[in-house]
Amino acid sequence: MTTNALRRNGSKGQAGDKIFSGAALGAGILILATLLAVAVFLLIQALPTFMADPTLISGGAGFFSYIYPIVIGTVIAAAIALLIATPVGIAVALFISHYAPRRLASGLGYVIDLLAAIPSVIYGAWGYLVLAPALVPTFQWLSENLGFIPIFAGPASQTGKTILTAGIVLAVMVLPIITSLSREIFLQTPKLHEEASLALGATRWEMITMSVLPFARPGIISAVMLGLGRALGETMAVALVLSTGGLIPSLVKSGNQTIAAEIALNFPEAFGLRLSELIAAGLVLFVITLVVNLIARAIIARHKEFSGAN
Amino acid sequence: MSKRIDVKDLNVYYTNFLAVEDVNIEIEAKSVTAFIGPSGCGKSTFLRTLNRMHEVIPGGRVEGEVLLDGDNLYESGVDPVTVRSQIGMVFQRPNPFPTMSIKDNVLAGVKLNNKKISRSDADALVEKSLRGANLWNEVKDRLDKPGSGLSGGQQQRLCIARTIAVKPQVILMDEPCSALDPISTLAIEDLINELKNEFTVVIVTHNMQQAARVSDKTAFFNIAGTGKPGKLIEYAETATIFSNPGVKATEDYVSGRFG
Ligand SMILES: Nc1ncnc2c1ncn2[C@@H]1O[C@H](COP(=O)(O)OP(=O)(O)OP(=O)(O)O)[C@@H](O)[C@H]1O
Ligand SMILES: [Mg+2]
Repeated sequence: MTTNALRRNGSKGQAGDKIFSGAALGAGILILATLLAVAVFLLIQALPTFMADPTLISGGAGFFSYIYPIVIGTVIAAAIALLIATPVGIAVALFISHYAPRRLASGLGYVIDLLAAIPSVIYGAWGYLVLAPALVPTFQWLSENLGFIPIFAGPASQTGKTILTAGIVLAVMVLPIITSLSREIFLQTPKLHEEASLALGATRWEMITMSVLPFARPGIISAVMLGLGRALGETMAVALVLSTGGLIPSLVKSGNQTIAAEIALNFPEAFGLRLSELIAAGLVLFVITLVVNLIARAIIARHKEFSGAN
Repeated sequence: MSKRIDVKDLNVYYTNFLAVEDVNIEIEAKSVTAFIGPSGCGKSTFLRTLNRMHEVIPGGRVEGEVLLDGDNLYESGVDPVTVRSQIGMVFQRPNPFPTMSIKDNVLAGVKLNNKKISRSDADALVEKSLRGANLWNEVKDRLDKPGSGLSGGQQQRLCIARTIAVKPQVILMDEPCSALDPISTLAIEDLINELKNEFTVVIVTHNMQQAARVSDKTAFFNIAGTGKPGKLIEYAETATIFSNPGVKATEDYVSGRFG
């Protein structure tokens, strides 16, 4: 009765399939489990902070008053970094992929990839020794001429160790990430779509805006998110470059602090409630990163219909 | 609104490889000209030199002249961007812009070079171009949907609509039907017959019947062997090429006794 010739017989060739799908599932579960474990660890360790008497928290006014200035500091530093690195990174990537002669392009791409491999402490040292002193006159000028804008309010820092400097150092650090990922995606633009715009009489720049950038859009967003991840989590460079202080709107005065640097600077001596406090700060950073990534996913998904994947 | 093309002593190279040698051809305004010939004989290569699209390919270059109503495309100071806005091209694989709606696809070329166009003019142009491409009735209710959601044949007609929207003098088509089913192919062939009332059309095809059905004149290209350059062997009225060709190679090719 059961003589359907199409029925499975034996497991020949199916073993590989099963092993692979099992391995893929296992890897997926492992990642989720790790993420969950980190979240649980942070929550448990941070719990004492949330339960403690507000007067016992650093600053004496509760966890929220402690955390919100450094959350804003973190966001400011990362925002400066991305504001600089995104346009520059995309421009450099476009130059490499669509403007530079081929030999120059491959050399340049190689150098950019190398930049991504430089340890952050080196960037920090460079920011501290070279960039910060070099920026002092600029900060001076900004505070004297544009001081009426709160972000440039003076008196400017005499050491140059401000949140703006930290943001610029972060920009230099995330630039290679954004550039090399964007370049990779720009190069994958289908010839078909590039020729479509050229054949309509598009200039090279018009071809880029019509064919390359729309195609690369989700990839650019991912690249920026990876850069943002590095900017948000960067400790060493910020710790070296920023002379920390309370939350202030001015970007050219010393002051402000980021979560990652706050944790790194204080962790070695911290114990008891202070330790728990820093871990709670870490939890907040974790949540910020998660939320930012979810927003990015939502942006990408919103344009799915027009992604060309259908 | 359509111009003639005269090609004089044209050689086409990829870096140092001579792909097409010494082509001389005169293409009348408001006519359909078919290029036929075996694979690799340089039909696409030659077609692309008619609007300088070969320059997009690394190493692609030409010697000789291509005249559009007497104006040499390759004179120094001529911008390939201007050339391409006058001589449009439809490709083998339909390539609507995937991130654009049907309407924006039609208007893509029109909006280039910062040209502004009023909303009502744009709507009128979209309808006229889509009607011109025999696509209007199928898409008029979903102009804001992505162009990539259409069938292959519809996408190809969308690409034609996009090309005619910029009002070119000449339309080049490189095997526009080779990715399409017979019904879509017929739709495009009908369309080509209408297009020649307004435009000069040059079409590359592997389909003899198609060449016979749509073209006024036919050019047969051939290649002596691999690594040798392609050449224009015979160029005549389509009826002559298919019934009474002057060259033996042409006769062999059109009667299927090739190779
Ligand atoms: N990008 C390129 N670089 C170098 N050589 C090329 C390139 N494209 C085509 N060629 C060569 O030029 C010659 C002509 O190719 P072409 O594509 O024009 O032929 P075709 O007649 O259009 O063929 P088919 O009918 O298969 O489309 C071939 O020898 C081909 O190998
Ligand atoms: Mg071809």
